Amino acid sequence: MSDPVDSQGFAVVGHNEPKVDAYALATGKPVFAGDVNHDDALHIAFLASKHAHARIASIDTSRAEALDGVALVLTHENTPATMYTTAGQGYPEPSPYDTRMFNPTVRFVGDRVAAVAAETPEIAHAATKLIDVTYEALPAVLSIDEALAPDAPIIHGEETATGIHDAAHNIVSVVNVDIGDVEAGIADSAVVVDTTCETQYAQHVPIEPHVVQAYLDNDGRLVLLTSTQVPFHVRRIVARVLDLPVHRIRVIKPRVGGGFGAKQEILLENVTGLVTLRTGRRAIAELSRPEEFVSSRTRHPMRVRVRLGAREDGTLRAVDMEVISNTGAYGSHGLTVMSNAGSKTLPLYNRAPDVRYHGRTVYTNLPVGGAYRGYGATQGYFALETAMDELAAKLGMDPVEVRRLNHIRVGETSPIFAAIGEGKPGVEQTVGSCELERCLDIGAEEIGWADKRGMRYRDGPWVHGVGMSIHMQGSGIADVDMGAATIKMNDDGSFNLLIGATDLGTGSDTILGQIAAEVLGVPLAKIVVYSSDTDMTPFDVGAYASSTTYVSGNAVRRAAEEVRAQIVAVASAMLEEDPDGISLDDQHAIGASGERVSLEEIALRSLYGTDQQQIGATASFVGDESPPPFLASFAEVAVDVETGQVRVLDYVAVADCGVAINPHAAEGQVEGAIANGIGYALTEEMLFSSHGRVRNPTLFDYKIPAAPDLPRIRAILVDSYEPTGPMGAKSVAEIGINAPIPTIANAIYDAVGVRLKNSPFTAERVLAALDAAT
Amino acid sequence: MSTTITLTINGIEQPVAVELGESLLEVLRREGFTSVKHGCDTGDCGACAVLLDGDAIDSCMILAVAADGRAITTVEGLETDGRLHPLQEAMIDAGAVQCGFCTPGTVMSGIDLLSRNADPTEDDVKAALAGNLCRCTGYVKQVDAVLAAARVMKGGPDVGSG
Repeated sequence: MSDPVDSQGFAVVGHNEPKVDAYALATGKPVFAGDVNHDDALHIAFLASKHAHARIASIDTSRAEALDGVALVLTHENTPATMYTTAGQGYPEPSPYDTRMFNPTVRFVGDRVAAVAAETPEIAHAATKLIDVTYEALPAVLSIDEALAPDAPIIHGEETATGIHDAAHNIVSVVNVDIGDVEAGIADSAVVVDTTCETQYAQHVPIEPHVVQAYLDNDGRLVLLTSTQVPFHVRRIVARVLDLPVHRIRVIKPRVGGGFGAKQEILLENVTGLVTLRTGRRAIAELSRPEEFVSSRTRHPMRVRVRLGAREDGTLRAVDMEVISNTGAYGSHGLTVMSNAGSKTLPLYNRAPDVRYHGRTVYTNLPVGGAYRGYGATQGYFALETAMDELAAKLGMDPVEVRRLNHIRVGETSPIFAAIGEGKPGVEQTVGSCELERCLDIGAEEIGWADKRGMRYRDGPWVHGVGMSIHMQGSGIADVDMGAATIKMNDDGSFNLLIGATDLGTGSDTILGQIAAEVLGVPLAKIVVYSSDTDMTPFDVGAYASSTTYVSGNAVRRAAEEVRAQIVAVASAMLEEDPDGISLDDQHAIGASGERVSLEEIALRSLYGTDQQQIGATASFVGDESPPPFLASFAEVAVDVETGQVRVLDYVAVADCGVAINPHAAEGQVEGAIANGIGYALTEEMLFSSHGRVRNPTLFDYKIPAAPDLPRIRAILVDSYEPTGPMGAKSVAEIGINAPIPTIANAIYDAVGVRLKNSPFTAERVLAALDAAT
Repeated sequence: MSTTITLTINGIEQPVAVELGESLLEVLRREGFTSVKHGCDTGDCGACAVLLDGDAIDSCMILAVAADGRAITTVEGLETDGRLHPLQEAMIDAGAVQCGFCTPGTVMSGIDLLSRNADPTEDDVKAALAGNLCRCTGYVKQVDAVLAAARVMKGGPDVGSG
């Protein structure tokens, strides 16, 4: 809410600095990829499949090409057949290569059949209707159970696909981890719960849909101005698909209007780039809102079964999680999202000696899963935290106390950290910071847990209840994610900070600038931040896996420390003092004697005077661990027992994210993630026809929370310090979204005594559960 | 078919050539008013909100020709004497700008509210922003910003700092 106590003595870090891009955004400057207006641009429209599964027997584009104003029509017949994954992951991507730019077999309603580039959007759309396609319909698979049926139609039978675990049985990926003997552990337990929860198809809904502009620079290189979370992965993957050398492509990420994982995907860049290469013209592609829902990416729906065995005192004896994830028509992030359902949840409860995680990901002929904030943990926590609540009920214990007995603490580890990674084994780590106990204390106090739990306060048809859950996530992918930063000093003692880290609206440009400013002893205004341009900035994997603050932040810290050492060396010569006694503060180098020399004087001497040099440095960082942030979540809900409607009356989310580099920004991450999660818990659901068509691809029919739908979400950050983090920081962007589904489910149980195990908890589902219970 | 209409955009009366079927949103963006964002085309997200004769409307839901002779205010027209509108400043100070894509539309709805109600409650603000979807903030800091701007506009900048 306000500047917290400055416990670490930082001058810039820990303060609510206004975002470095806030002025441009608040004044509507043309900072987004779609804001650059060019009369000569070609506009791209897509033809989507109306079939859930069909072979394209023939495709005739002649009538479309003949339409006045049409420049180019692209189909599978005139585009590269290179197999790749659209997942914007590091190399080699742990997702199967199971798609082409345009596939000769379409695999869901909304799959891409053709693209038209024309002088106006209207002509391009009109031309898509003139493409004559003959489909040979194939049997479709429209659920997890149909995908796993013994005689199920095969969705990826093409010989060119690679990296699929068992294509003949529609299984994309499998992870099996057995620690100890879980069956023996369950048998040895005094109390056992066995619960299965299912999550729905949901979409990210960034308010800015995917948008890309492509053009050739004066040297004929392809420039992609794109709303992406992964500019360097875009460059690498587009280069491969279009058979261009990497150095012939420049990817520029302007401001991004929200991503949430949807833009960790190469969807439009290859098509837009190919239009520009073929025509020599600037081209723009922008998804419509219905296309964003259907043809971009979604959250993998999952069926998660959790069995918990506990001793009589409530400590866990055995934990078993079994996951089936539905990746839809293509396997983007199919392995890793499923892996995270276990790897980001099970270490939280490290008391049990016997732990098992078995996961599978299956293909269906439905829209494609992808990265979505929470990345599998969200789905896993629904079942895990529902099961923990059931365990508490069976033991007759307070749900808070059962968590207290079992959660991981500082100095402890879990075998799951090493057992499950992302496409390879994980990394052993010991928790270096964990303030969950205080998070629980504060959350319980703020929500009024002791006074409200089990009271079932009634107001007409509305019955009140409180629920809670706890969570962890990670800070980047250990041993995989790399970020780099370059800092150079200017004449006036200011600095350019060049980072590949990809601010998608989170404020990472600002907090990375704050880290540099802190080390260099200058105000944030003296750091000119420029991010995510593959020609201009060093490499960074991009914005995903809660990596930026920790991974990119540590790279910035290192680069700034190297620059500081160079400045101190110059100051030492100027002040004729020992460098060890020199500190940087208030835009000056200050010697042990108290003598000062300004950074401007140091810069001018270095650039124009003695021992001339550019003061500057580039540094990289790869985490050898992934410190988890922690969260305790509490909600008070009211359930209308006559209609089944659920209202969230109060929400308290208490987070340990280490030192919050910018408290406003960190709170904003928690508030936004909780809001997104409340929508996921109560209203957001893609509905399908019996033929696999999305029935509600609009913001009218797919309901995300608006301001009046939400309580005032109370995000509270506890004091914490992560020893390996930059200035003590960990990540915070994803963790909040995991909380609302189990927290609200548990609050509904407290209110009316029924367990909701299929999200979202619509009035219909709640009423059906109430009816079934009576 | 095209025609020429007269629009007063941010105080400047000007002839504008438009197609009969074009929305006001399309015309404003083509004329360079990039604060007016394109988020859904169906009047659901509010990213294209502008003031039309002082009232906040979704510019995707009105044909440009229907705005003939009327006055439009976009975020580009809010700065006076080099100073931002108090609500823009409040949005920045409150940390209410995350990705910023919905910010201009939200600012216009907030200004519409403050022009009708100088002393709104939290619920008044939430109701006024009901048509402006934000996926980043959970609305907490946006609501704070509108309330802070109301204090500043009522009592001058000094009152708002408390």
